Parts: sequence; structure tokens; C-alpha cells
Amino acid sequence: MNETSPMKPLGPKDFATDQDVRWCPGCGDYAILKGVQKTLADIGARPENTVFISGIGCAARFPYYMKTYGFHTIHGRAAAVATGVKLANPDLDLWIVGGDGDSLSIGANHLFHLLRRNVDVQYLLFNNEIYGLTKGQYSPTSRAGLRTPSSPAGAMEQPAHAIPFALGAGARFVARGGDVRIKELSETLKRAHAHKGASFVEILQNCIVYNDGAFGHIMDKDKADDAQIHLENGQPMRFGREAKKGLRLKPGKLQLEAVTIGENGVTEADILIHDETDRVMAGMLAAMEGPDLPVAMGVIYCAPTAAFDQQIADVMGRRNPSIKKLQNLIEAGHTWTVG
Amino acid sequence: MDGSSNTVPNPDHSDALESAVVRFAGDSGDGMQLTGGQFTLATAVAGNDLATFPDFPAEIRAPVGTTYGVSAFQIHFGARKIRTIGDMVDVLVVMNPAALITNLNDLRRGGLIIADAGSFTDRNLRKAGYEANPLEDGSLDAYRIIPLDIQKLTQDAVADCNISNKEALRTKNLWSLGLVLWMFERDTGTTLRWLEEKFAGKADILAANKAALKAGHAFGETAEISAELPLYHVPPADIPPGLYRNITGAEALAWGLTAGCRMADLGMTFCSYPITPASQLLHVLSKMRDHDVLTFQAEDEIAAACAAIGASYAGKMGVTSSSGPGIALKTEALGLAIATELPLVVVNAQRGGPSTGLPTKTEQSDLFQAVFGRNSDAPMPVLAARTASDCFDVAIEAVRLATKYMTPVMLLTDGYLQNASEPWRIPDLEKDYEHFAKERIVTEVTDFHPYDRDGETLARPWAVPGTPGLMHRIGGIERADVTGNISYDPDNHQKMTDFRRNKILGIADDIAPQEICRGPEQGVLAILGWGSTFGPIHRAVGNMNETGLAVSHIHLRHIWPLPANLADILDRFDHVLIPEMNDGQLFKFLRAELLLEATSLRKVTGKPFKVHEIETAAAALLEGSDDE
Repeated sequence: MNETSPMKPLGPKDFATDQDVRWCPGCGDYAILKGVQKTLADIGARPENTVFISGIGCAARFPYYMKTYGFHTIHGRAAAVATGVKLANPDLDLWIVGGDGDSLSIGANHLFHLLRRNVDVQYLLFNNEIYGLTKGQYSPTSRAGLRTPSSPAGAMEQPAHAIPFALGAGARFVARGGDVRIKELSETLKRAHAHKGASFVEILQNCIVYNDGAFGHIMDKDKADDAQIHLENGQPMRFGREAKKGLRLKPGKLQLEAVTIGENGVTEADILIHDETDRVMAGMLAAMEGPDLPVAMGVIYCAPTAAFDQQIADVMGRRNPSIKKLQNLIEAGHTWTVG
Repeated sequence: MDGSSNTVPNPDHSDALESAVVRFAGDSGDGMQLTGGQFTLATAVAGNDLATFPDFPAEIRAPVGTTYGVSAFQIHFGARKIRTIGDMVDVLVVMNPAALITNLNDLRRGGLIIADAGSFTDRNLRKAGYEANPLEDGSLDAYRIIPLDIQKLTQDAVADCNISNKEALRTKNLWSLGLVLWMFERDTGTTLRWLEEKFAGKADILAANKAALKAGHAFGETAEISAELPLYHVPPADIPPGLYRNITGAEALAWGLTAGCRMADLGMTFCSYPITPASQLLHVLSKMRDHDVLTFQAEDEIAAACAAIGASYAGKMGVTSSSGPGIALKTEALGLAIATELPLVVVNAQRGGPSTGLPTKTEQSDLFQAVFGRNSDAPMPVLAARTASDCFDVAIEAVRLATKYMTPVMLLTDGYLQNASEPWRIPDLEKDYEHFAKERIVTEVTDFHPYDRDGETLARPWAVPGTPGLMHRIGGIERADVTGNISYDPDNHQKMTDFRRNKILGIADDIAPQEICRGPEQGVLAILGWGSTFGPIHRAVGNMNETGLAVSHIHLRHIWPLPANLADILDRFDHVLIPEMNDGQLFKFLRAELLLEATSLRKVTGKPFKVHEIETAAAALLEGSDDE
């Protein structure tokens, strides 16, 4: 059957395929899938113009569940394939989905270059701090000391941090969301979609089988208020139950500290305003991992600049290639006639 | 002089030379490639057929005066069809002792050496490894030597020009060029025009270069020494009428790929990562935006292959290029292109290996890699170009097969073909080629399925993102027949593996039958080659035919699938000799595929075969055959 895409408004279910979703029951990926389908419906995406590209891993099965164009490629290379797709057709709306191993281990090189080139895509990094599909080995984002089948004495490596990595690569849109806060995630994804250029979103995602509760200290309902801060551009950076807490610069230092309004002489005026174009501040927000400081959620940094694929499209312009033109080329320059 | 040689100087022009081989050699900073290139142009204009071979070091600027910093350019030209770069050099121009010691072995006995005597200083002699000055100690008595203080002569020639001494010395290559142009009766017009373009806006430098060139030319005619200088006469070759230009393999490839895309009405997205000797292709294509060619310099070889695949997925002709080590890195991506059945052209400009090997030297040792070098059963067509100009036609064929059969295609060239140049009769792109069906990309399909195959070609439909109604998902996990959905079904994997094999095998019926390109249709001995060994094999067979020996030349363009009639043709010969610049890969491949009993001739010195090497091997087989 042809998949039709009538011009009537589409709902989230119009973006779901008939394929059985094969993630483990309870996997955080289910919620993200629903969140992405809802986001596409909300922004009025056209399925024929939307492409999902992935590498290898649990997260990378994502394209099979989206009733759009989809390409499940090879481990770590989604960013490279996606770059080629955007060079060929910059008008496509392109989403890349990858896990922490796909994005920050085997594919870190390509992710780095995708971000620095500023290819106009949305890159969703599902970070569960573990290798799921290969049955539970530690990943580049696993915390030091994590015991896994390949690190029985505890992982001895320092973990990679996705958001500082993206900022270091020169990404112009950097955000974070989580699999249990789909409403906020969907808002972040809409911002990512609206941003022209590479939009990088780290999504904290629970692996229920191999690393269950890895983000419990941040995401659990009873801890979330104090452990997360939801950033809004132009608004004071407040968090905690009843938003009593906030971030300010430590006096005399270029360091953030969490303070409580009304305690120790702290007033509302002391709380920093979030300026998402401030790269220095973005670096400090990216470094917040708890427990003294909350983990930043939402849009951490957004400072658009020209997208790579659009720049190339502008340079290419509208050419009218023809056999005749090519004939002229091969006959140009130094030639001679025989006979 | 060696009476058996073709090349005999003849001051009175009483008879003409059939062909001559000239080699310019000097430091890599001496401008030898430029000198050779200009001599080539003047020679083409004089109506000779020709072949050239630049031979330069991997180091960009090796220390001055060292043997490993020697850069050389060889041209073979003549009054007949020239197929090779020439076995032995007739005239060797050397700018220093290192150039002499590294090139002397290739000079035929009795050949001429023009040496810049001014550079044969004690220091330079020591650097080259000479204990005494060979120009003076009699060690070169087997040759004719004309030592000239070219440095001094050049400095005198440009004395009136407003340039530094360093700049003056840099024009000595033009002085030498002027002299050699005179020796072969070429005028300086072509080079003078080229200099005016190159140094437009640099009046002083231009004046000096022109003065040096003219002085070298005039020296041949007027200097007292001119009685010792031989004058060579090589009349125009009898070549088919038409409009000609010189072309290198890299240019021919770039233009051929573009022509193929035009014939298929597709834009090209060329994704590559710099590597010797393939980079030249990226350079040429990056100037071809007007022909809907987009070039992308990726972060690595893997990304280059993947981006090209992404471009093909999105409806362009994705092309990637590299040399052997880079192709190895692309391997997993090639498997993805085979699995997802997307068109892709992969150019491998082969070089000496393994590992980094000999980056600037030629070899054809990636045949196994091209045919077999992927995990699992992963067939793809493999084509090989035989000459610089043949790269044009092979590139068009690669685009045709890739788009018609929805498959990656490997196109093999090598370091020699990339850099070698030859005259090319410029084709008429409208009339000389069959343009392929234009509707390669489907836009309206009832009951669309991504793996619904064409009954004849077994190709799947090419539906690209942006097309309403044809949304689908593809990937590297095994796909169910017809629907393309993920499938681990055992019977389906067998079926899809069979499809992938049979689709490629079916191409054998869609390619030109194998021909015998020289010699009798059957007989005692066929010499079977592929790739850039074409020239020496063709010449060797021609030479042997002229002396009455029945030898035939068969040259493969299609390595995989093999032409359907190849086994029948080879059957008609008692012996098959397979010369290769590798350790016997085609030989072993045909043994496996056709149970062919053949004799292998192997050479991996980084240099092309010499004609006599092939003649000797063929003669040995013929003699053995007489004994039977």
C-alpha cells in the first residue's frame, strides 16, 4: 500500500509505522518515541519531507518506527550519512538518533565534525550510560567504577560528557531533556527543530535492563525538583520546590553556586538571568552535574549562525548543467586538430 | 651509437625517427614536472602521439641535492601510435648529480646526457654518493655527455632582468626546456603563451622566464658547441582525424563521471578525503560546480563513503574516491551500499602497499580487495581503466551500471594512470554515446515497496526523500524481500543473498563481449592484462607480431562480473600469460573462477612494465611451446 500524506493536519499516530516496536518493556525509548511523534504532529511536519537517520544500537532502531523516510545505517556513521543527505537536498527535515556508544565512542569523530560544520539537522543523543544492544558493557558515558561484564572490577575510565563535548565542538544549539519529562522534552525538540543549523539534544534515558536507575538521582519524582533546573531564555535561573532556589555567581569567582532566596540575604535580584547566547555561561551550565548544583535541562545554548548545507546550496546556486555545456568544457583550453 | 635503436640523431634530416624518449630529472624544487608538461604540449602541437610519466618523490620538498628528492618527468613520443612511456631513455636531462645517479640505469647505452655541470659541485657529488665527478672521470664513456653550465648560462641570459639571483636560478629549467625544444625542432610559441598567462601581472618574472627559454633555444642554434648537439627529427604520427587535447587520467575520470551523470540526468555529490594519488580527482571536480558537481572534503575516508551513500539515498549520484588504504576504511560502508542497494561509484587509484607502502608509486595490487574485500557475501561490479583517456569511458560505464542496477561500482585506476597524460580525441558527447534512460528515480508508483525488484535487472526502485507517498525505511539489517522490513527469517536471507549475487552476475549480459585487441583470434599464446599494463602489453604484442610471432593481446575492462565469453576466448589459446603489477592476483582469480591454466608475470617495483620484460616472458613461453 502506498503511504499517503494528505494535507490535513496529522496527529502523533500518523507518524507511527505498522512495525512492532522491539525495545524492552519499560525502556525509556518508548516515551521518547511518543514525544518525537507528538512533536512532529505539533510542528506540522510533512512525512515525505522528514528523514530519520540512525547508526547502530538500541536507539538506532528508531527510524523503523517513524512513518517518514528512514535510514538505519552503520555503527557511528549516522552523522556522516546525514551530512551527505543534506548536501544532496538541504530542504529535507533531518533527524539523527544515536545512543551514547554510537555518538560518543565509535562515532564521536563524525558527531564532532557535524557540529562544527553546523549541518542543519537535529541530533538526538539517547544517553543511558551503557551498551544495551551488546548486553551491558560500560559505555563512554558510564561513570567511573561501574561494574559491567567488561569491567568486573569497575570501569577505570573517566566518562565523556555529552553537553560539554558538543559545546567544545562548536555546536550552536545545545539542549538536554529526559525520557520521563516528555512535555518539556517535546518543547525542547520544537526549539531544536526551529533552530537552523546543527541542534544537539542529549536525552537522559533509562535502560531498564542493564543500567536501571542510572539517572534516578536526577529524574526520580521526589528528587527532580532539587536536582534539575529548567532553563528559560531571559528568565531567572530558579529551581527547587516553589522555585525558592536559584543560581548566582559566587562572589569574586567565575563559578556558579546554588542559593536559596530569603536565606543568607539572598534576594530575587541576585539570581542570574538565563541568556542562551552566552557561551561562557553555557559552559558553566553544562558542567553542572550535582549534587551541589542542579542538572541543567532545556536549551542551554542557542546562538545561530549560517548552516553548512545552506551555505553550500547558496554557492551551488541554480546551475543549468547540460551535455552541451560539458562539451564546451572538454573542448576548452589547449586543443589541436588532426587531419 | 647503438645501431639497433630507433633513435638516431640525424643532423641532415635525411631520415626520421619513429619515436624518442626524453626524461627531465632534477631536484623536486627544480620544476621538472612543469618542464616536462610544457615539452609535452609543444610535442602534441607538433603532431606526435605521446605518453608521459611523472615520477616524483613522496616528500614535497626533500633536502636539496639528495637522491630521494629527485623528481623526474618522462615523455615518449613518435610518428606512430605510442602505447607506453618507453622502456629506455634516449635523452636524459639532469640538473644535478643526484638526478644522474638515480636515472642513469634507464638510459640506453649510447644515449645522450645533458647535464648542468655547474651543479656538479663537490658538495652535490657527495650528497649523491659520487666519489669523483662522473662528467670527468670517464665512467660515462658508454654514453654521450654534453656538460653545460646551465646555471651560469641562465644567469647570463637573465642578467638584464630586474630579478634576484635566486629568482634567476629558478628559470634554469626553462633554459633547459628551450634547448631540448630546439633539439627536437619544436618552437617556443606554446610555452611563451603559457608563460604569459601564468605570470600575467608579474612583468619582471615573466621577462626573465621568457629570456631563459629563448636563450636555451638560441644556444642550440648558435653556440659553438652546437656541432656536438644532436638534432632529432620525429615526424607527425598517423593518428585518426579529430579535435585533440592532452588529458591526464584524473581529468578524464572527473569529466567521465560528470558526463555519466549528465547522461543519467543526475547531479553528482563527490565526497572524498585527501590521499595520494587520488586527490587530483577532488581538485578537478571541485571546479565543476557549473555541471552540478558538488564536492565535499570529509573528515575521514569512512565519512566520505558514508556521505556519498547519503547523497545517493537522497537522489544524487554519490561518488567517493581513495587509494587502497582509504578503500580499506570505507569497506563497511560499501557493505551498507550493497545491502541497501544504492548507486555509488568508488574510485580506487591504486598505489604500492601494504599499509602506507609507496604512496607515489604505481601498483595494481587491490584487485582482491575490490572483488572480495568485504565481510560476508558482498558482490559489486569492478571495472578497470587501461589508459588515461580510457578513464573517461570507464567512468561513464561505472555511472551507468551503478544507477541501472542500484549497486556500488568499484572503478580501479592507479598512480600511473592518474598522473599520466596522453592525447585524447575529444568525443562528441551527444553522438558518440548512448545516453541512459533518464528516469532513474521513481516518483509515482502504485503499490510501492522498496525491495520490489525489476524483473530483468533485479534492481530495486530508487525512491528518494521528499517524494510524497513513497516513504519507506531501509537499513543494514537484512531486509525482507519486497517490503524491506527487518527480517531474520532464514529463507529470506538465502533469497536476498541469491538476489544480490544474481543481480551482479546478470551484468555480464549487459556489457560489451570481450575482444582480442591485437593479434590472431586463436593460436599459441594470448597475453591477458587489465588496467594500466595495457600500453606495454600492446606494444610487446605489436613488436612480436611484426617479427612474425603469433601472439595476441586480450585486455579486461570488466573484472567482475567477467565478460560472458572470456572463457571461450581464452580456450582458443595454448598458453595464457598474465602480466600484472602485483603478486599474481588476476592469475589466481581466474584460476579460481575459470580453472584457467596460465603463466603469471609479476612486477612490483613501483614502475610500469617495460615492453622487453613482457616480450622476454612471452618468448620463453613460445620457445617452451616449440619443445613440446
